Amino acid sequence: MPSSEPDAPITSADVAKVASLARLRLDDAELERFTHQLADILGHAADLETLDLAGVEPMAHPIPLVNVLRPDVPGDLVDRDEALAQAPAAEDGQFRVPPVLGEAP
Amino acid sequence: MTGIDLDRWEVVIGLEVHAELATRTKLFSAAPNEFGGAPNTHIDPLTLGLPGSLPVLNEHAVELAIRVGLALNCTVQRSVFARKNYFYPDQPKNYQISQYELPINVDGWLELPSGQQVGIERAHLEEDTGKSTHVGGGGRIHEAEYSLVDLNRAGVPLLEIVGRPDLRTGEEARAYVSELRAILVAVGASDGKMEEGSLRVDCNVSVRERGAAELGTRCEIKNINSLRSLGRAIDYEAARQVDLITAGDRVVQQTRHWNEDDGRTHTLRSKEEADDYRYFPDPDLVTLDPDPSWIERVRLALPPLPAARRHRLAETAGVPLEQTALIVERGLDELCLAAVAAGADPARTITHAEHNLSDERARALDPAAFAALVGMEVGGQLTATQAKAVLAELVEQGGDPVAIAAARGYEAMDDAELEGLVDGLIAEHPEEWARFCDGDGKITGFFVGKVMKATQGKADGKAVTALLNSRKG
Repeated sequence: MPSSEPDAPITSADVAKVASLARLRLDDAELERFTHQLADILGHAADLETLDLAGVEPMAHPIPLVNVLRPDVPGDLVDRDEALAQAPAAEDGQFRVPPVLGEAP
Repeated sequence: MTGIDLDRWEVVIGLEVHAELATRTKLFSAAPNEFGGAPNTHIDPLTLGLPGSLPVLNEHAVELAIRVGLALNCTVQRSVFARKNYFYPDQPKNYQISQYELPINVDGWLELPSGQQVGIERAHLEEDTGKSTHVGGGGRIHEAEYSLVDLNRAGVPLLEIVGRPDLRTGEEARAYVSELRAILVAVGASDGKMEEGSLRVDCNVSVRERGAAELGTRCEIKNINSLRSLGRAIDYEAARQVDLITAGDRVVQQTRHWNEDDGRTHTLRSKEEADDYRYFPDPDLVTLDPDPSWIERVRLALPPLPAARRHRLAETAGVPLEQTALIVERGLDELCLAAVAAGADPARTITHAEHNLSDERARALDPAAFAALVGMEVGGQLTATQAKAVLAELVEQGGDPVAIAAARGYEAMDDAELEGLVDGLIAEHPEEWARFCDGDGKITGFFVGKVMKATQGKADGKAVTALLNSRKG
């Protein structure tokens, strides 16, 4: 969580930052509503933290399945023109996008 | 900017290498993993990030990751795929699937040809992104009018190999990448082609005064496309940082872009603002937990690795480890071992392999013929120069070294014949002989040259020198 103190309650500034990282534009009313909702969720997580969970393996996934794998065999493709036709703009067989500032991470 | 004072400054280097895995299909979908191809022809719903498409892990990519992990002496463990969230048009899902808290391989090391061990922090699976081409503004990213995106590469399996900051010079960094590449190729995990982007190197560089306990602030350098650029980029960046510090400034943690044309690194962006990726476990993928028997099967099937091959050759031939590096790199170690097993003198065998067998065809050389040739040289039937010529012909055409030597008219000189020749030269050149007797080493070549001329190169230079010394009295 963006809060500097792990136990500090989530603030509307935290929510605004997460929203901006997720490219969500929230108005003041939404910001307040989501801050409350997220605080409730984090409160529930804090309740769990009071339990003694030593020796309990963290659960990464609710379904008790491991190693779902597929063989390395080529399959069906999407036709390029069909894919490009759904994009706002295309050029020379490629997706045309607005200029991006900076390199990918 | 000049070279830095290495008595005062220590350069600390850690490398992150992304290797494209040599699978037939992508990491999470059945679109082909092939270099090149017309733009956007290797795409399927998952590559496009279409709603409803779901990732399924490629078994062979896992197998290759385990091979590399074991070859790098890592622990192969239970791992979890996570979403790394950021917005960039070359990955339409708006997140990259990677491994974060639990990577498949952790805590390994590799050994450089010098014998130095370099730590490996982790080697995890992740998907590659597409390719953007920036149009307008002379191709410069900040001035582009728009960008074109090709998603052929998006979703190709990558293994990101994160090395510990154990490297101290550009030369060590190059040796590390070169060794890593040799390992990746040996286990069949990658074709290792830097020029096609199969192997991409990001380099973390910091400097500190010698003896300092804390590491300096580091910068990450991207866009390094060759081993040569790697050394140049490190030298440039270390000097830039030392200049900043000695001028009373400070190094700002940031990502910098290596420009091959001007030989400098340039700011891309500051690290703090870009580093909030909000990783979380990908709910579309389950835990990967390779069975111990699978890992053991992979371990048993691993080929001999370069470091083990160097040690074996060094021990068998009784030569220093460093002398085996080039031979193993050229794949000539089996030949040398077979020649030595066939009775060839180990030291001469290694010397020939190191200096006289750069030809690619040398790998096909018959070990028995090679051993016979070394035997003729050591036995005095051939001089070093003649042996080299016969060897070159063996590599080109094969055959029997005895027959080749005879066809070339290489006959061992009779000892008495050589003695007579040397004594005659001494008598003819009393001035030069006096200088030789006074210990003028340079004049040795004068006599050896005369003997070679008289014998059309058949004499053994070492035997001539020995003879001259014996005549000094």
